[in-house]
Amino acid sequence: MADLSVKIAGVTMKNPMIAASGTVGFGQEYGALFPISTLGGISTKGTTLHRRPGNPPPRIAETPAGLLNSVGLQNPGADAFLAEELPRLKQEDLVVIANLAGSTLEEYVAVVEKVSDSDVDMIELNISCPNVKAGGAAFGVSAACAAEVTAAVRKVCKKPLIIKLSPNVSDIAEIARAVEAAGADAISLINTLLGMRIDIRTRRPILRNNVGGLSGPAVFPVAVRMVWQASRAVKIPVIGMGGISSAEDAVEMMLAGASAFQIGSALFADPTCPVKILEDLNRYLDEQGIASVTELTGMVNPY
Amino acid sequence: MAYQQGSFPIVEKKQLTEDVFSFLVRCPEVAAQSEAGQFVHIRVEGFSLRRPISICEVDRDAGTLRLVMQVRGKGTDALAAQKEGDFLDMLAPLGHGFRIPEEGRILVVGGGIGVPPLLQAAKESRGADAVLGFRSAGQVILAEDYAAVCGDVQIATDDGSLGRKGTVVPIVAEKLAAERYAAVLACGPTRMLEAVATAAREAGVPCQVSMEERMGCGIGACLVCACKTRKADGSEDFSHVCKDGPVFDAERVFFKEEGRN
Repeated sequence: MADLSVKIAGVTMKNPMIAASGTVGFGQEYGALFPISTLGGISTKGTTLHRRPGNPPPRIAETPAGLLNSVGLQNPGADAFLAEELPRLKQEDLVVIANLAGSTLEEYVAVVEKVSDSDVDMIELNISCPNVKAGGAAFGVSAACAAEVTAAVRKVCKKPLIIKLSPNVSDIAEIARAVEAAGADAISLINTLLGMRIDIRTRRPILRNNVGGLSGPAVFPVAVRMVWQASRAVKIPVIGMGGISSAEDAVEMMLAGASAFQIGSALFADPTCPVKILEDLNRYLDEQGIASVTELTGMVNPY
Repeated sequence: MAYQQGSFPIVEKKQLTEDVFSFLVRCPEVAAQSEAGQFVHIRVEGFSLRRPISICEVDRDAGTLRLVMQVRGKGTDALAAQKEGDFLDMLAPLGHGFRIPEEGRILVVGGGIGVPPLLQAAKESRGADAVLGFRSAGQVILAEDYAAVCGDVQIATDDGSLGRKGTVVPIVAEKLAAERYAAVLACGPTRMLEAVATAAREAGVPCQVSMEERMGCGIGACLVCACKTRKADGSEDFSHVCKDGPVFDAERVFFKEEGRN
């Protein structure tokens, strides 16, 4: 059997499969369906300094080969995460990645400072949130803003810092380079693509927030392309995600340049898919005579 | 959290109306855990999201669940095309169902495809009356099933083609005035639920409502099926239909949340 372990920014994971933030909460609900330690890691529900109620419903719309969501970062706040969720998760044999978010630079710094002092293994920064003080454009859509928030957070972050990139940009390589230069230990991508659906009878958007993030198999080729472009632009490890629903997809993502991968929307149709993906990944590696899964990373042979 | 995922055979299929189908599914372990008012989340090949379908009847001895579903789009259309002998990939049983009073008669109030989830509750109660509303006579479902387990069954149709013309609400008010019920259980369109909840409150009868919202994971992880509720301390919060519901105390629910259909 091949060695599935990977090392990201100094943190060893027993396998490269991570549950993506926002789809698995804090792991408890899926833990009733499969051992949560099947996963190499879990990126927990996006957490902010203070509790957030989230957006009014509807928050989800199905799309061809995917879905749109606009939960609005409903979360219990950093204190509740640390007190109620983290101790339980830390008893499991998996890497705990705290996904953190904010609306201002100060809020990002404060939440990272707080969570950084806990025993989470890594921090993943969601920089796709609207920057309230800069007219609401997401931090992650300009290289300058992305670098600014990365640098500010870096100063207080005692854990390996993953910056989760927004795909709603024209040059992903530029953003990747900017956050690397600002001190990121790794990058993860892609967050969801901004989308919209409209009910043709009521002429109202299906989502109460009008727009939402697109995920699922529909975005997979976009994600592969962006992981490929970003991974060629930086030296830090890349965690690939966006529409992965099989071991084949995961291998493709790693060949594009990812050192690890995240599973998200695929869980909704197939809640135990991580078990199958891991089995199939093992089989693929054995069939291909690959000794370590790390041998896949970036090994696409482009024209 | 006693839910599980598995593939279970359809042992009987019936078409109830033009677009409503009844499936009997053999799933002994799921049936043993299922309660009135809970739901199952069914995978549809080729679709990103499962379809939540309420449990209509539970036969723990036979190890079966009865599911009654309406075709609403391409996903449910594909579900409705399943035949006897086909297998349904279900995540079940999910959510919190009805709390049935240990004493006293209950009034169940259903509208349209909100009628099926109340049948098991009526069966398990210490006696029930039912008020069922439909658009017209052609849409009436489960009237005989309710008649078999309820004392009195009243039907209302929007066009008056069967039973009383109009909504269930005036009938509910009459029933509440005539008899002291231990609880009102309701499922149907939000506007109906709000009116029934108001009538129950005015009569001083506790009311439980089964809510519907566009759903993702079905188990409380993804937080998309939000329903605005009032907590015990009076503060407002978004609960989630899949995990905290689908059944809520009516007094906790904000029915007028903007954006709700």
